[in-house]
Amino acid sequence: MRKIIGPCGLHCIKVQHLGVRIGQQEILKDINLHIHCGSLNAIVGPNGAGKSTLIRAILGDLPHSGVIEFRDTGNGRLTRMRVGYVPQSLNIDKDTPVSVYDMIACYQSRFPVFLKKSRRVRERILEALRSFEAEELLDKQVCNLSGGELQRVLLSMAIMDEPHLLLLDEPVSGIDQKGMGLFYRTIYHLKENYDLAVVLISHDLDYVARYADKVILLSEGTIQKQGLAKEVYGSPEFAAVFGEGGGAVG
Amino acid sequence: MRQFSEREVELLGSGWEWLQFDFMRLAFLAILLITPLFGILGTMIVGRKMAFFSDALGHSALTGIALGVVLGAADPSLAMILFAIGFALLLNRISSKNASSTDTVISVFSSCSIAVGLAILSKGGNFSKYSGLLVGDILSVTPRELVYLAVILAVTLLFWICCGNWLEALSLHRALAKSRRIPVTALEYVFAVLVALIVMLSIKWVGILIINALLILPAASSRNISQNLREYHFFSLVFALFSGILGLIISYYTNVATGPMIVIVASLIYFATYLYGKKIA
Repeated sequence: MRKIIGPCGLHCIKVQHLGVRIGQQEILKDINLHIHCGSLNAIVGPNGAGKSTLIRAILGDLPHSGVIEFRDTGNGRLTRMRVGYVPQSLNIDKDTPVSVYDMIACYQSRFPVFLKKSRRVRERILEALRSFEAEELLDKQVCNLSGGELQRVLLSMAIMDEPHLLLLDEPVSGIDQKGMGLFYRTIYHLKENYDLAVVLISHDLDYVARYADKVILLSEGTIQKQGLAKEVYGSPEFAAVFGEGGGAVG
Repeated sequence: MRQFSEREVELLGSGWEWLQFDFMRLAFLAILLITPLFGILGTMIVGRKMAFFSDALGHSALTGIALGVVLGAADPSLAMILFAIGFALLLNRISSKNASSTDTVISVFSSCSIAVGLAILSKGGNFSKYSGLLVGDILSVTPRELVYLAVILAVTLLFWICCGNWLEALSLHRALAKSRRIPVTALEYVFAVLVALIVMLSIKWVGILIINALLILPAASSRNISQNLREYHFFSLVFALFSGILGLIISYYTNVATGPMIVIVASLIYFATYLYGKKIA
């Protein structure tokens, strides 16, 4: 991925009046977001608030109402938004014969991965893995990776096409406190040094307070409050969702 | 008694005497076409966790034939293929809508369809006419049918080369595949139809009862010992071919139906690879 001195500040992602309905149930309603490049945006909220649904809607995996717009004010042209996505986990069993190379090559290349290893693809993958100090994982089986290793591999894959927007589902299992710290530092480093915006679902309010530029409080399918961590954590809406003690973090 | 040609006499002494019969030569060619087909398709079915799906499809062959008979079709095979495609599309839709209890739902549809098929075909005590379909008979394959098999193999190879990566990406994470602009829904439907076509077109030779074993066993054995996708696909292909050829030869000498013998060899390979896999782990 192309490294820059800092984000260009010229493009942004606008979500307007987004709603998701599955059958009779309204999962998300009237979501409005304005995400700038070079910012780290954390979505927090209780279980069942619709956090994952929001990510899936932005990804285009779920049909939604409303508009998601990508604006590039630098040259005035509308380009197609490239989205990188890091899921929480993979659908992978023990003993699955898929190496890290295989997995990334499946998503990144049309050359049949089960026939032969392509040297060109291998070099590209190694380069991406190197940014996350994960190049030694290239030939390891994906099912044998630790939670932290898998996150690094998935992050490497997500930034390979220089995305404008990086969507992340924070890992909740298989990762220890030290790994979590490393995860947040890596994300922070990414948004500081590359030209992209990050939207992150988070379960850890302490880390959010420390690293996020903007906190989005989602509950009951809609945004209750958004702004700086300090503002959101001190708000009555936050207290209503997480209880009075929830704000005493960070 | 007929005179043996020089070539046949040569074969008699070499352990290849089973090749002197036309039907065995045709069956041998059929094995060389069907087993790689199943080896390749199996890797994708096992990778997509669709073993149950292909099993249900195999069972639906009876219903398709029954429908053909009821509708008075001259060749019930067409009815069978059309029914299987419809069935595959339906099962695929259920799987994508109802993730929690897919296996139960597939099982319900599968049992229901097999019951309807059996009921119709057994009416008037005529079922014995169709019982050959249960075990299949690879020795009955004709040269024209070999051409069909070659065409199916070519189509499968094409799908494998063009969409194998996508299918693997889809198995690993659907939303992630979608975010990479992989046409996931279309891919799922095309694959379901391909599996339906292959199962239906080869069921006559392999048989309803064991077709799924042939699809699943080589890939499952290969998974026991493989660490990456290249090994997985390679060993699956080798195991499928090996069990096919060895099963055919053993069945000739022991006078046992070929399909079951191939499955027995494939099962032995599975157990051997399982033990070997445990040892190296």
